[in-house]
Order: sequence, then structure tokens, then C-alpha cells
Amino acid sequence: MANMAQAIRLALHYAEENLGVTDVFGEDVGPPLGGVFTATQGLRTAWNSPLDERGIVGMATGIAFTGHVAVAEIQFCDYIFNALDLLKLAGNTCWTSAGAFHLPMVVMTPVGSGIHGSIYHSHSIESLLTRLSGWKIVIPSTPIDAYGLMLAAVEDGNPVFFLPPKALLRVKGAEKIPGEPEDSRELHARIDAPLGDRTRWSPRWPEVQRYVVPLGKAKRLREGRTATVVTYGRLAPVCLNAAGELAAEGLSFDLFDLRSLVPLDWEAIVASVGRTGRLLVVNEDTAVTNFGEHVIRGVIDRAFGELTAAPVLLSGADVPGIGMAWPLEAASVPQLPDVVAAMRAIAAAPSREAGGIFSPPMRLPRYR
Amino acid sequence: MDAALELRIHGLMVQARVLEDQLIAMVHGGDGYFWIGGPGEEAFNVPLGLLVQKGEGPSFDYLHFSYRSSATLLAMGAAPIDTLRQMRATATDPYTGGRNFANHYARREWNVLPVTSAVAVQYSQSIGTAHVQKREGGTGITIVNGGDAGAAEGDFATCLVWSSRPGAELPILILVMNNHWGISTESRTQWPMTDISSRAGAFGIRHARIDGNDVAASWAAIESAMDYVRHERRPFCLQADVSRLHGHSSSTGGALVDERDCLKEFEAKLITEGKLSREDAAAIWEKHRAALRADLEIVRGEPLPDPATIHDYTFWGRKEQGT
Ligand SMILES: Cc1ncc(C[n+]2csc(CCOP(=O)(O)OP(=O)(O)O)c2C)c(N)n1
Repeated sequence: MANMAQAIRLALHYAEENLGVTDVFGEDVGPPLGGVFTATQGLRTAWNSPLDERGIVGMATGIAFTGHVAVAEIQFCDYIFNALDLLKLAGNTCWTSAGAFHLPMVVMTPVGSGIHGSIYHSHSIESLLTRLSGWKIVIPSTPIDAYGLMLAAVEDGNPVFFLPPKALLRVKGAEKIPGEPEDSRELHARIDAPLGDRTRWSPRWPEVQRYVVPLGKAKRLREGRTATVVTYGRLAPVCLNAAGELAAEGLSFDLFDLRSLVPLDWEAIVASVGRTGRLLVVNEDTAVTNFGEHVIRGVIDRAFGELTAAPVLLSGADVPGIGMAWPLEAASVPQLPDVVAAMRAIAAAPSREAGGIFSPPMRLPRYR
Repeated sequence: MDAALELRIHGLMVQARVLEDQLIAMVHGGDGYFWIGGPGEEAFNVPLGLLVQKGEGPSFDYLHFSYRSSATLLAMGAAPIDTLRQMRATATDPYTGGRNFANHYARREWNVLPVTSAVAVQYSQSIGTAHVQKREGGTGITIVNGGDAGAAEGDFATCLVWSSRPGAELPILILVMNNHWGISTESRTQWPMTDISSRAGAFGIRHARIDGNDVAASWAAIESAMDYVRHERRPFCLQADVSRLHGHSSSTGGALVDERDCLKEFEAKLITEGKLSREDAAAIWEKHRAALRADLEIVRGEPLPDPATIHDYTFWGRKEQGT
């Protein structure tokens, strides 16, 4: 099976051959490297840009103004901050021009922790990006979803952030991408560039097929009645493992991978809370003004009466960076034991009828 | 330039000046909230508008403008009443539907990309349209302008870097409109050089500085720079020294200041050379003033946007889309 980096590459190959993508570019995106995570290796339209994030976003915007479709990469989301102003502008262009201009563009940038990346290769950015109105935001947790979400993003016609979790880019999937070879060694031989001299190398692309994951549709990873768990990105497989562990204790979780933060699948979340009465949101972004707060607020607005216990957010700590030493990283962003503890806590939380004020035994992040 | 062209330019300069006067009066008279515009840049901006290859798509010129480009828009054929609509923020404002300040244009069928208040960002976006034009061939070019103060933003450097990549040079006319001010800060207190376009030299980009108060010099410089960019498919950086005749914006009062007035100079020249009589000149001014007065009456009767439309166009393809 393809890993996520290969799946993105296959999606972009499909998109440049079939969906009108004209430019895949960014720092080290073209040959010889094909991206620091190899997600753009071998692509016909891939090229290397100057080391200038404002220029990258400006270039993508300008290309989109002409109706051509660009996929631009910011090498790590930790380096996107100097481009915020151009991103805001891309987001407001359709609205400001009363629909005269729209921007078919994708900005891909790897997010999150889990690669021992210390302060500038571990950040999450999604909560901040959700404040840029006019952008759609997707974050895959599996190769097949990365493939399907990329195709949807390219076809959408609006600016879309595509946020692959750094920690999952090398993880192989369980589902085959339509047209992918049976044997992952064959895929490797066909599309991974050799080490060393690549001047004579070109990929032998498999005939991958169209497969689209519609934006705004969450994926239910597990069914259960104890509580609804909403997550995405790196923590989706972690939550799945945690729910598996707790099944032995008789707890069953209705687990959702959002996949798309904007637009958001309120329907699925609210229906689930209607069945379970309890909500746990899990992500690794910093604690203050975290996107999970928006999810909780939305559930309160739509289904307060259904909640039998206070909803809980397990997020990253309120810290300015993620420290290099493993104990520091582990204390800054949720790990498996934290998720297990949070799931036990939401299961055990006293109900409103019991008059209990919720005080979870888990390690909640300290925040201002 | 023949006399007919000079008279055409003069007429457009008067129309542009009268339009800006009207906009300022609208703010003072309660028909608008904020004015920023281009009185003092007409000698350069009108020729620019007349020389643009106007149309939609990469075979025509893409225009990434700042908020002082009204005279260029008028020279391209924009109707002054539409700018009054934008000043009044009516639902009929064809550029932004009442969403943005006056002189913040956006016009798809002429490749006029949305003007934004964020200074200099257009320099970063302009490389994208030029990149596509380079790929497509043809004679369409990208034109970007901005102020001297804003040229200190990274976006200006971005434009120079990306438009001069070896083997991938871009067909882009990079304009710096040097009015010597950024709001209240004089350029000479922040820039060590008087010719900002000379920065392009370090990138191997051809560049020039001209007197943007001089119609003939502007016409000649724009024509030759455009010719180079169109046919060599390479960048050119042109600085025009201009005036800022009513100060920065209505936030600094909008009153007339004592700087060179390109329109006064040009009109005097045409009269001295016998190409225009004083009476005809006065009649041209009055014709445009009267037209704008009539336009304003129309615009005053037009509706403001329906508050129910605030979500429209947040996303393309669906008028309303919440999250
Ligand atoms: C990025 C940004 N910073 C600050 C401002 C506030 N501001 C508006 S105009 C201006 C001065 C611009 O001067 P210049 O670039 O020379 O253009 P001019 O207005 O003189 O034509 C400033 C500081 C802004 N609009 N955008």
C-alpha cells in the first residue's frame, strides 16, 4: 500500500494529467528532491521556487487569477507566518470582488508534531487558519483520504489548505488507491526516485483512477455508545488505538475523523452526540482559541439538550513551542496515554442529572 | 504625440481630476466615509490606461493596481458613475458590491485584479499572472504599481526576485509611483536613494526613472518599457515621480497641497502651443463637472446592499456556505 507521501504524489499526478493542475511548486518541490517529504517527486509540472513564502502564496494567487490551477507547498507550516497577509487576501478575494474573481488554488503544508522536529517543525496551524475566511481546510489521516481530499481540493475552485500531518506522511495505508499496484514494492520501484544521481530517472506512473473524498464529510472510524470522539490528523490513528484498548473495559466510542475542518460535518457530529450524550474533542494544536473550542461551541448551539455531561477538549498545551527532548514533546501534545485517559474521563464524567461538576482525572493542558 | 492624442489625454486627465474632486466632496458632504485616490498622478496614469492591451485572459494585460489608479481606469473606459457608486457603497457598485473603499477596483473582463488596501501585496501576486503569460506566449503582459513607501515591503523584493529567475524571466512592468511620501513620512528619511527602480539593477532588470508629471515623458517611457516587456518577455522597472495633490487621504483632510500639478502644466502647455483655447478648456471642465453632478443624483437614489447578502461569495460556486 502507498504511504501518504506517495498517495499525495499519485493524486497530484492524476490532477496534472486530468484536472488541469498546471503548477506544483515551492521550496525544493521540483527535481532533484521532489519535496522534503518526497510528496512531489517525479511530477511533470513540479518546479523549485525561491525561498520566499510570500512569493509562493503570491505566485499561486496570480496563477489562480488566470484560471490555471496551482498547488503550492509551504515546506513546513511552521514557516507560513510571513505569508499570512497574502493568505488572508486569497481568502477574501471572491467575497471582496462580489464573485468576479475566484481562486482555484491549493496550499499544501505539513503540520503537527511527531517527527522529533523541536520548535520549528512540530507546530500545528489549523486553528489559526480557520480564522482566514474564504479558505477550505482539509487534513487527511490516511493515504486514501489524502488522495481523495487532494482531488477534491484541486477541483473545488476555492483556495484550499491541504494539511498532511508530518508524522503520518511515511505511514502506509490499509486501503488501496484505485489503480495502485497490488505490491507496495512495485509501487516503490515505479514512483520513488533512486538515491544518488536522478538525472536520468523518471517515474513509471500506475494508471490511478479518480477517487474523490467530498469536502465536509467526516469519516466514522468506529461506532459506539459511550461517547462521541471527534478528532483529525495525527491523533486519528491514536484515538483509534485508544478506543481499541478501552473496548476491553466495555467502553465503546463513536469516533470521527473530521478530515475537513472547513466545511465541517456538523450533521454527523450532532447526530452522534444525540446518540451518546457525551463529546470529547482531541487535537494537538495549542490550547487557547483552539479549533476544538469551536466544535464544542457548535455542538452546544445545536444540541445542548442532548449533552448529558460537560464536553471536553484534549488539546496541546499552551506553550510557545514544542521542546526537542522527548519528555518535553510528550508533555506538550497528546500521546496515546493522554487520549486513553481522556476517553476514560469522558466515560466516567458525572451526568448533569447527577449534578456533577466535571473534574477530569486526566492531565489537562494548562492555559491562560 | 499628435495634437489629437494630447487633447484626448487632456480630456481624460480633467475627467479623472474632477472625479477625485467629486469623491472628496462626497466624503465631506456625507455621501461617503473615506477617500483615497490619485489626483497628481494623471499625467502618468492616463497614458498608461491608453496603452494597455485591454481584455480578459492571459493574452491581454493583467493589472495589479494600488488605490491611486482611477485615471488609468477612466482611460481604459470605466464609467465615472461606477466610482461614485463605490464611494457611496451602493449595491450597484460593480467592482465590489458596496464592500470596499472607493478606488478599489476589480474588473474581470479587463483583467483588473482586485485592488486592496494592504500596501504592496500586489507585487507578490503579479508574478503569478506574469508566470502564466510567459508560459502562454503572446504579447500580454503584467503591469503592477505601488508607492515608494510600500516598496520597502518584502513584496517588492519578491517581485524583483521572482521576475528575474535565470531562464524564467517574467513579462512584467514593475511600476513605482514615487510621490515622496508614505502618509506623513517623507521618503528621504527612509530611503538612501531617490531612484527606487535602481534596486532592479542588482537583478539584471532594466530600469528607468522619469518625471511622471510630464505627459510626453510618461507616454514615451511607458510605450518603450511596454514594448520591451511585450516582445522580449522580460521585466522592466519604471519609477515615475509624481505628486500627491490632496495629501494621503481623507484621513489627513484631503485638502489641496502645494505640489506640482501635472494637469495645470499640461493644460497651460496646450494653450500656449495653440492646441486648446481657454474657453474650450473651461468648457471641458464644466462638461465633466456637470456630468458628475448628474451622476451623483442618480447614485443617491440607488439602494445600499441588502444585509442578507453578507455571506454571498464567501465561497465561489455557492452563494451561501456556512461552516
Ligand atoms: C501593509 C500595510 N501597512 C500599512 C498600511 C497603512 N497605510 C496605508 S497607505 C500607507 C502609506 C503608503 O505609502 P506609499 O506606498 O508610498 O503609497 P502612497 O499612499 O503614497 O501612494 C500606509 C502606511 C497599509 N494599508 N498596508
